[in-house]
Amino acid sequence: MAPHDLRRPFKRAAISDQQKRRELSLLRQEQNRRDAQQQARCLASSILSLQSPVPESEPEQSDIELETAPEIEKESGTLSKDLDVPRASKLRGPEVRKWFARQLMLPEWMIDVPDRLSQDWYVYARPAGKRCFVVSSNGTTVSRQRNGSILHHFPSALPAGAKTRDSSGSGQSYCILDCIFHELDQTYYVIDMVCWNGYSLYDCTSEFRFFWLNSKIEESAYTGVVPYVKDGLLFYNKHAHYQTGNTPLVLVWKDENCSQYVIDTDSKGEIPSQQQVVLELQDNGKLVTSDDPPVLFGYLDGDIIQKSGLHSGNLLRFAVSDGGLSFVDGKLDKADLNYLGKANRGRAFADSYSKVVFQFTVRHSPLKIDDLLASINSPDDQEKKPCDVEMVG
Amino acid sequence: MEVTQVLLNAQSIDGAVRKTAEESLKQFQEQNLPGFLLSLSVELANEEKPVETRKLAGLILKNALDAKEQHRKFELVQRWLSLDTNAKSQIKACLLKTLSSPVSDARSTASQVIAKVAGIELPQKQWPELISLLLSNVHQLPAHAKQATLETLGYMCEEVSPDVIDQDQVNKILTAVVQGMSASEGNTDVRLAATRALYNALGFAQANFSNDMERDYIMRVVCEATLSPEVRIRQAAFECLVSISSTYYEKLAPYIQDIFNITAKAVREDEEPVSLQAIEFWSSICDEEIDILEEYGSDFTGDSDIPCFYFIKQALPALVPMLLETLLKQEEDQDQDEGAWNIAMAGGTCLGLVARTVGDDIVPLVVPFIEENITKPDWRQREAATYAFGSILEGPSPEKLLSLVNVALTFMLSALTKDPNSHVKDTTAWALGRIFEFLHGSAVDSPIITQANCQQIVTVLLQSMKDTPNVAEKACGALYFLAQGYEEVGPSSPLTPFFQEIVQSLLTVTHREDAGESRLRTAAYETLNEVVRCSTDETASLVLQLVPVIMMELHNTLEGQKLSSDEREKQSELQGLLCGCLQVIIQKLGSSEPTKYVFMQYADQIMGLFLRVFACRSATVHEEAMLAIGALAYATGPDFAKYMPEFYRYLEMGLQNFEEYQVCAVTVGVVGDISRAIEEKIVPYCDGIMTQLLKNLSSNQLHRSVKPPIFSCFGDIALAVGEYFEKYLMWAMSALQSAAELSTHTAGDDELTEYTNSLRNGILEAYSGVFQGFKNSPKTQLLIPYASHILQFLDSIYIEKDMDDVVMKTAIGVLGDLADTLGSHAGSLIQQSPSSKDFLNECLSSEDLMIKESAEWAKLAISRAISV
Repeated sequence: MAPHDLRRPFKRAAISDQQKRRELSLLRQEQNRRDAQQQARCLASSILSLQSPVPESEPEQSDIELETAPEIEKESGTLSKDLDVPRASKLRGPEVRKWFARQLMLPEWMIDVPDRLSQDWYVYARPAGKRCFVVSSNGTTVSRQRNGSILHHFPSALPAGAKTRDSSGSGQSYCILDCIFHELDQTYYVIDMVCWNGYSLYDCTSEFRFFWLNSKIEESAYTGVVPYVKDGLLFYNKHAHYQTGNTPLVLVWKDENCSQYVIDTDSKGEIPSQQQVVLELQDNGKLVTSDDPPVLFGYLDGDIIQKSGLHSGNLLRFAVSDGGLSFVDGKLDKADLNYLGKANRGRAFADSYSKVVFQFTVRHSPLKIDDLLASINSPDDQEKKPCDVEMVG
Repeated sequence: MEVTQVLLNAQSIDGAVRKTAEESLKQFQEQNLPGFLLSLSVELANEEKPVETRKLAGLILKNALDAKEQHRKFELVQRWLSLDTNAKSQIKACLLKTLSSPVSDARSTASQVIAKVAGIELPQKQWPELISLLLSNVHQLPAHAKQATLETLGYMCEEVSPDVIDQDQVNKILTAVVQGMSASEGNTDVRLAATRALYNALGFAQANFSNDMERDYIMRVVCEATLSPEVRIRQAAFECLVSISSTYYEKLAPYIQDIFNITAKAVREDEEPVSLQAIEFWSSICDEEIDILEEYGSDFTGDSDIPCFYFIKQALPALVPMLLETLLKQEEDQDQDEGAWNIAMAGGTCLGLVARTVGDDIVPLVVPFIEENITKPDWRQREAATYAFGSILEGPSPEKLLSLVNVALTFMLSALTKDPNSHVKDTTAWALGRIFEFLHGSAVDSPIITQANCQQIVTVLLQSMKDTPNVAEKACGALYFLAQGYEEVGPSSPLTPFFQEIVQSLLTVTHREDAGESRLRTAAYETLNEVVRCSTDETASLVLQLVPVIMMELHNTLEGQKLSSDEREKQSELQGLLCGCLQVIIQKLGSSEPTKYVFMQYADQIMGLFLRVFACRSATVHEEAMLAIGALAYATGPDFAKYMPEFYRYLEMGLQNFEEYQVCAVTVGVVGDISRAIEEKIVPYCDGIMTQLLKNLSSNQLHRSVKPPIFSCFGDIALAVGEYFEKYLMWAMSALQSAAELSTHTAGDDELTEYTNSLRNGILEAYSGVFQGFKNSPKTQLLIPYASHILQFLDSIYIEKDMDDVVMKTAIGVLGDLADTLGSHAGSLIQQSPSSKDFLNECLSSEDLMIKESAEWAKLAISRAISV
């Protein structure tokens, strides 16, 4: 217990000029805020008489919309950017499946390591299971798979996710979560968030969206222990907005250590001796991927088309023969394909280019975890950061 | 594991050996924490081990229990609590055993570790037997063990808060401690340990100080201890008195006469460490009485917390002569030594506090001393007289001082140039500064400075700026207050004729080779800032000419490459001064259209310089540069958008700076400045800014004072971007809603009430910004769901009746904003709310013009909303 210091300021002004500068800044800011507020208040205000909310329960009116909305989408071929869930929730049958199938953001497969992986990307271990949307609206919650079909129907604690006497769950309110359903513990793991309580997060960067999902993204996704079965790693670019369809700003990567399903299996769960791909048949026999724009893999012989009664839009299954895929300047040059037949009816889309290439490289020269780690620690990344070097020579 | 050898190696002079030892300690700790801590405590308790390893073992134990950094500390506490109980009991047994070791270093280390363990366990109601174990046989213990036990109690009281220990245990502790202090205790070490322990235990003695008999006993023992033959005991006893003076001020009346006698004797005769504490007792009494008098004015009512006992006023006739005597005990060169603290300085400081406490009454007691000494050949007498004069300038009324000061001013101006002694000149310049600070300016009726002496004053001060650094620094300070006195002088300032000369002299000072001493360079720039701030339109063109000059100075700081850390720190400090100066200039020139227009030619270059200042550092942003950028954004307006792509990363860095929360707060303010300046052009940066701000709000690491401005900043952004704010609306509103719930009640002390009000103000400013931002947009309806909560919040803070004026003004504005933006949707809700009408009426009849103005507007908006 040393003696206590009792020095007091001597011949010193009580307040420093620095403190004064801070305080004057604050005063100026207060004044400016007041002025801005004042100016806004003086703007002519057209006192709004908002119409009372449109009655939700008029079936005739909504039925009409229901029929037309998906048609328009189909014809124009564009995906609706703004998602109108109250309307979509009234769609029925195949239309609703199609509609939802188009709303998911689909990761591309990582076929090479992006720049600035350690700075610009989030990574976490993807739970093994069914990718689905969990949608709550009108007092119920529905989960829909990638192809739009319903997985479960249940009440939930999400806003508007259950029938309650609480009047706050109005027709306006709904949530859409991007989830994976993990069979083992019957749990939905939220991997992204699209709408919350009626607020669209479409335009928010993933950095912003993830703040709400989980404040800290698992850093040791590869080796770390998670409460679910892993199925590869998902990489999210921090600046990416939620975007429907395939996006190169979300990437999936896997190896045997973090996934049971590295190489695609057939319907019996066995790995076929040759890689299989699903491509979409277009006019003139073009075989393309589901990418936008589609990547051309080759042409299907007109004979086969005629014999098998195929037409444009069909999804077809092929085996990659011994010629494999060959690339020139990083682009697909030739694909040696062998027609097997029509794809499974449950399929909504053809394979994406990145998936085909990933599956191809997995069988031949896979991208390894060491390649990812090397990129994180590469001098190229480090050069951009200031660092202290201790001189020894 | 054999820890002794490892602990010895850990203190080896051979770096490699040391490193290996530290590594293996670390490994041991990681592999088996309970085993590791236990073997350390065994080492500490083992009399056969060398003292160095025992001490180090104890120190490592102590560091395993406590850390400075809050989060780390919390982790360590949790770690200890979750440790195996058996291991903990063994460790604690070893520690207690060590208290009776013959080796004093081992005992003292164990004392500290026990206190740390107690600090963790007692609040958890664990180790309940500790205090009785310590006290059970304290009377039979050999002296060295008794000393260690008392020391342990002292450390323990320092670690735990009073509410953790039961009153009967407190009683036992105090009994043991005060008995150990008493004159009957023959052993000096025991008595010293007891006296020091009492210092820490005083906070526990509330109940005992309310009991007359117990208080008398404690006070008698403390006063007796001030007369001990051992100087360290006397010093520790006076420290107790100082602490009692602030903790138990209202209980001191019966003892104050005795204490005066004791302190007077100590001040005059005792060794310096003791006499400094004796003076501090009176300074501390002044602090108490100044606080009480400031709070209640001169009239006390029954519900005043603590009445003023006017101890200082009563002691005045004896106290002042005692303090004046100390002024003559100056040390040579104390003005050059920044760490100096001696009896003359302490006495002078106390004299100044006494003057603030009693006001006019001090003047007749000091004037004879000044007159007698001010012309004496001995510099000590002249300096003491000058100091005495300077110290009584704050407190007494100007009328009382005026004639004295008028005579003194001429004398001081002459002394500042002619006195042969630097110490006298230093104090003279300081005293002149005090004259200008307290007796010059628009608030003082009869001016001390006239057209006749202004020229002379300026000339003398500028001349003095060429003196030794400490004198020059005081001269700068005097000029600072001279300029400040003309702040509200009107369109024409008496300093205008000297403006250029003053600025030139100040710049010359900043270039002095010795400007790094006595914070001279800083003083010169601060004075330059004040001169600029208080300048008038007459000298606007001269201020404009200053811009490229300071820019060049700032540019020069950027040239250095490969700086050492010392040079880097100096560079950063100088950049701070220059950015501060530019900030002041920008703010000055930006405040009037014609000068702003001319100034804008420099904007690009200045911004370029600021960005380069930021680039000088890797991890933190320069606070002064940030402040300056805020001023620049305000002056630049919408054009500031072009700097955003490059500037944004530093803005983000500033928002992330939790450690230097001032930097974070300043940056939050700058976000507001930028929002107002560039309005919707801030949209591309909003995701990042809002994410960071929301993160900051949810962090418990960030200093709470930054949170209210963050809310205000939401309002700034919402007002700037309008309906685009939709995407953050839910998050912002939910953060606001939870903060509103927390800030409804202000239960707590004044400080907490003040904080709560600033929080309320931030929340309300946010609501205002959001509502006005959405006005007239098709998305206005999104706000309807929030209206009732906001009205409830307004109702509840109105009912609490503890809003300050600022909150009141903002709150009534929000009521208007609701009505203005939501129209009829808000109208009915407002009509239904229990207190809106009363609140509005109260604000309409407020004497505060700003409240009234907001209320008038709100009334209009509400009546329109209701009429629809």
